[in-house]
Amino acid sequence: MSYIPIADQKDEMHDPHSFVAKYVWSMDHKVIAIQYGTIAVGVGLVALVLSALMRLQLGYPDTFAFIDPAEYYQYVTMHGMIMVVYLLTALFLGGFGNYLIPLQIGARDMVFPFLNMLSVWVYLLSVIILMASFFVSGGPTGAGWTLYPPQAITEGTPGADMGIVLMLASLAVFIVAFTMGGLNYVTTVLQARTHGMTLMRMPLSVWGIFVATILGLFAFPALFVSAIMMAFDKLLGTSFFMPAMVSIGETLEHTGGSPVLFQHLFWFFGHPEVYIVALPAFGLVSDVLSCHARKNIFGYRMMVWAIVAIGGLSFIVWAHHMYVSGMNPYFGFFFAFTTLIIAVPTAIKVYNWVLTLWEGNIRLTVPMLFACGFIFTFLHGGLTGIFLGNVTVDLPLSDTYFVIAHFHMVMGVSPVMVLFASIYHWFPKMSGKMFNVTLGKIHFWATFFGTYAIYLPMHYLGFLGVPRRYYSMGTTEFLPESANTLNANITLAAIWVALFQLVFIFNMIWSLWRGKKCDGNPWEATSLEWQTPENPPAHGNWGPELPTVYRWAYEYSVPGVKADFVPQNIAPEDVETTDGKAYIGHED
Amino acid sequence: MSGESLSLSGHAKTVVEDWSSDKQAFNVPWGKFMMWMFLVSDTFIFSCFLVGYMNVRRTTTDPWPYPSEVFALEMFGTSVPLILIAIMTFILITSSGTMALAVRFAHFKDKKKIFLLMAVTAALGASFVGLQAFEWSKLIAEGVRPWTNPFGAPQFGSIFFMVTGFHGLHVSCGVIYLLVIARKILRGDYDKKGDYSIVEITGLYWHFVDLVWVFIFAFFYLW
Repeated sequence: MSYIPIADQKDEMHDPHSFVAKYVWSMDHKVIAIQYGTIAVGVGLVALVLSALMRLQLGYPDTFAFIDPAEYYQYVTMHGMIMVVYLLTALFLGGFGNYLIPLQIGARDMVFPFLNMLSVWVYLLSVIILMASFFVSGGPTGAGWTLYPPQAITEGTPGADMGIVLMLASLAVFIVAFTMGGLNYVTTVLQARTHGMTLMRMPLSVWGIFVATILGLFAFPALFVSAIMMAFDKLLGTSFFMPAMVSIGETLEHTGGSPVLFQHLFWFFGHPEVYIVALPAFGLVSDVLSCHARKNIFGYRMMVWAIVAIGGLSFIVWAHHMYVSGMNPYFGFFFAFTTLIIAVPTAIKVYNWVLTLWEGNIRLTVPMLFACGFIFTFLHGGLTGIFLGNVTVDLPLSDTYFVIAHFHMVMGVSPVMVLFASIYHWFPKMSGKMFNVTLGKIHFWATFFGTYAIYLPMHYLGFLGVPRRYYSMGTTEFLPESANTLNANITLAAIWVALFQLVFIFNMIWSLWRGKKCDGNPWEATSLEWQTPENPPAHGNWGPELPTVYRWAYEYSVPGVKADFVPQNIAPEDVETTDGKAYIGHED
Repeated sequence: MSGESLSLSGHAKTVVEDWSSDKQAFNVPWGKFMMWMFLVSDTFIFSCFLVGYMNVRRTTTDPWPYPSEVFALEMFGTSVPLILIAIMTFILITSSGTMALAVRFAHFKDKKKIFLLMAVTAALGASFVGLQAFEWSKLIAEGVRPWTNPFGAPQFGSIFFMVTGFHGLHVSCGVIYLLVIARKILRGDYDKKGDYSIVEITGLYWHFVDLVWVFIFAFFYLW
């Protein structure tokens, strides 16, 4: 007896009936995706408020009495950690990964639905632990999102007592949650595809999420280990990361540890983490661009290999975050080299996006606007990355606002642009309703110009030498008065952008409730999730029969076919062609 | 259990064909694939621990204790180096053997033998953990703590307790896992589908835990 692939097995459907089984303790990947998304957006709003508070202090120092230096550092730290891990990672992989993988590869669910359900609840637990740190004595940790020891666990740093412990615990719990989800995503993609769905026919969304999940499974262990070791240093008095030191006039018990070890472990996680966020964004935006440009994605194979290559390279570039850490300077040469090499596959992707738009029949819908916005912001952030990848250029720019501007453009604004594009793009599928287009467009233009108003001036501040993470600049000789004016303007722009996110939230909630009902494929897209028999898809996704896939997901505007798109699951003889012959399309 | 997943040769399918096919990339049950994936991820965890160990051993300012003295046992009036750890390693490797036999009998769906062999494996695992507890209490009695160590570098105690503790946790989880699966086998939970691949999946985990121990043994006791 040989093993039978999932797609050929008889279906056992256990439809949940009670409200609790359907929407709370649900094992359906779509519900889990929305639970992941809701939690992530909720905690993301906390991060948004924190960033606004931070900007208030920076723009108008000595004005807001309720923000003291300790609180400012706590805002910085929590904003960073929430955005990178609890919002972006969770929303791209837990949210879109869960929603799109089974639907786009033609599976009924993830391979281990129960584990998947555990994943979201453990994720919620990690968020609760993280939020709890706001309420303990001393408040959350203020060590900066990189949590560098010795300062992170040394008396004098905000939250060095309970805050840092809760942060480390929360991260460890998050990693457990991610692993449970991630194993599911990888196994589902490789082992549970439907008839005809080869790897090279998968939409790029799945490719991006798939490779990012593998990165996560290999990179998060380093964070897990460093969190355990730092917790030991803090709670048991070990000295993994703690050298002998004098703090507040007292010689500490610690001796002989290595702070640089933490940095290596942290960035061995931290750099792949950038791509854990970026690769799903690359994938999702490719699908949105191709669909709304009514053109096949340019260079599909190259796009796939670029994702794989970026994923591989991302493991050997980590120390470019550490040029000023005191590591052996010879390492700088190696890591600068690998860092610049990674620009090659990334550039391939950017060219291919632009070439996808080239002579396309572009529909400037709301998702398309955000996707185009992504190309701008990503190109922008990517180019400043080339500056910072070079050791000699990085040294003077390190720890200035230039760095803030760079990574906010490349892994803050850009992925968030894709998040918005994807939420708008798949909202009709998830809810069965259409969002309000006018509000969506207002949201886009306000966000797009707003983020430029925030981050473009920051490059300039960085060149002036304005250091990051300072509570206030005070009076310095090298900073002109105009730097403060610029800072105040950035703050105004930040508050503007933050306020316009309320338009988005309002649009989503209102549309869910009052939006116009739409049919299953409002964008006339080709991939499988738009071809479900019901909208939104029911439990089990496909009704009695799994779909069969005949071609890739980018059959748009092909000559000889009456419609301007051919879904993946339409049999060649059922395609309406001008000459009446069967149409296969791009098979491989 | 499938004969197909057993013999790698004899099938004309090449790797390329598998990967360019639809439905699945590997001809294995998804539980088995998922366990492999988990173990690779877990390998990264242990590798990070070991890299951390090598690093603190280099950065610490105090001398590193001499393992054959620290891990020696007073027996019959003489100090025998590494004797306890040799016994522990022997036990764990033996348990891998009994586990492999359990997997073999899973192919014949011999429930009683599977149960017996898995129970023996679990018992060997439990005795390993027991001996580890003995070793820990001996070191603790001698004054070794995570934060201090009378024989030299305090990092010795920190990393030793952390890594062997983390590994011991894996073994303990494995013992529970083995017992749960063994009971389910005996109860006939897998007879409905006739799919006994869970034994092999459990075995994968168990062999992994053993393999990790070989590295820990080499790095902590022989270096």
